[in-house]
Amino acid sequence: MSKKVDVGKKILSANEEYALKNSQLLAEQKKLCLNMISSPGSGKTTILAKTIRDMKDKIKIGVIEGDIQTDLDAEKIRATEAPAVQIETGGSCHLSAAQVSYALENLPVSELDLIFIENVGNLVCPSAFELGESGKIVVLSVAEGDDKPVKYPAIFAKSKVLLINKIDLLEAGAQVDFDIERVKADARRLNKGIEIFPISAKTGEGTSRWYNWLEESLKHLRGS
Amino acid sequence: MHETMVAESLLATISEEAKTQNAKPVRAKISCGMLNAINDEALCFAFDAIAKGTSCEGIKLEIEHKPMRGQCKKCSEHFEVKLSHLKCPKCDGEEFDLLPDAPLLLEQIEFEME
Repeated sequence: MSKKVDVGKKILSANEEYALKNSQLLAEQKKLCLNMISSPGSGKTTILAKTIRDMKDKIKIGVIEGDIQTDLDAEKIRATEAPAVQIETGGSCHLSAAQVSYALENLPVSELDLIFIENVGNLVCPSAFELGESGKIVVLSVAEGDDKPVKYPAIFAKSKVLLINKIDLLEAGAQVDFDIERVKADARRLNKGIEIFPISAKTGEGTSRWYNWLEESLKHLRGS
Repeated sequence: MHETMVAESLLATISEEAKTQNAKPVRAKISCGMLNAINDEALCFAFDAIAKGTSCEGIKLEIEHKPMRGQCKKCSEHFEVKLSHLKCPKCDGEEFDLLPDAPLLLEQIEFEME
């Protein structure tokens, strides 16, 4: 004999409760919070450090750093004088909303305009966990290949912005097979509203459009 | 391996329901969309590992993957989106809207009754 019970419950509801709490806290204080996701080595930390330095007179930025081990990335961020909280996930491949909630308590949120969450380097797992952020930013560097939006659709479908990093390699004539138009077309098919900014965090090329987007998003948040 | 955290949440929910029902759970049905990026093998492996020694040990997980669906902007056809072929199967149109992806749900638990 057996008995079947229909449950119909969201499995990640515990994480979603924390995510809701985070988003309410951020909304009350009108803070922008962007969850940055990419493979390891795409240049997330370099992009963040450059963005913080270039925008320091206009936007006050704080960073939540997620890494499996070490606080090397948080050190790089602190070198810019921006406040950074490191979360060592100890083997876990993504940040959870509870970890972000803890990190928010340890950042001077009221003094900031924008909080970046640098998620653990991984194109799959972090995309499945809402953290309470205002939006996701996916970073893809040209050396990773132009098939990534189709192979890892979840993160491209869910992100507000796609930063295509290391475009200086294309212009330097490096042997990189990367059809940037294919990436744009595939990403837009999965997500028609996605903003795409090709940049080089190393040379600064293309970053002004990214910075404009950040300023406009802040204005929009405060105006609403 | 975000399946580990999914497995932990699943274990907590099933254990709670098992207490309410005062019965041994033997099977659980789960459904998910493509954007949940669930790998069956990884989820079952993680669940088996953490369920050892609990009331949920030995539960068989049945995982249903619901396809991603789209609607063609040209001919309004609803269709299953295939990533290897991002086109409308009816008119070959490349412009389409993605419909909301299925959430990750615990649909049903089967209990053994004495």
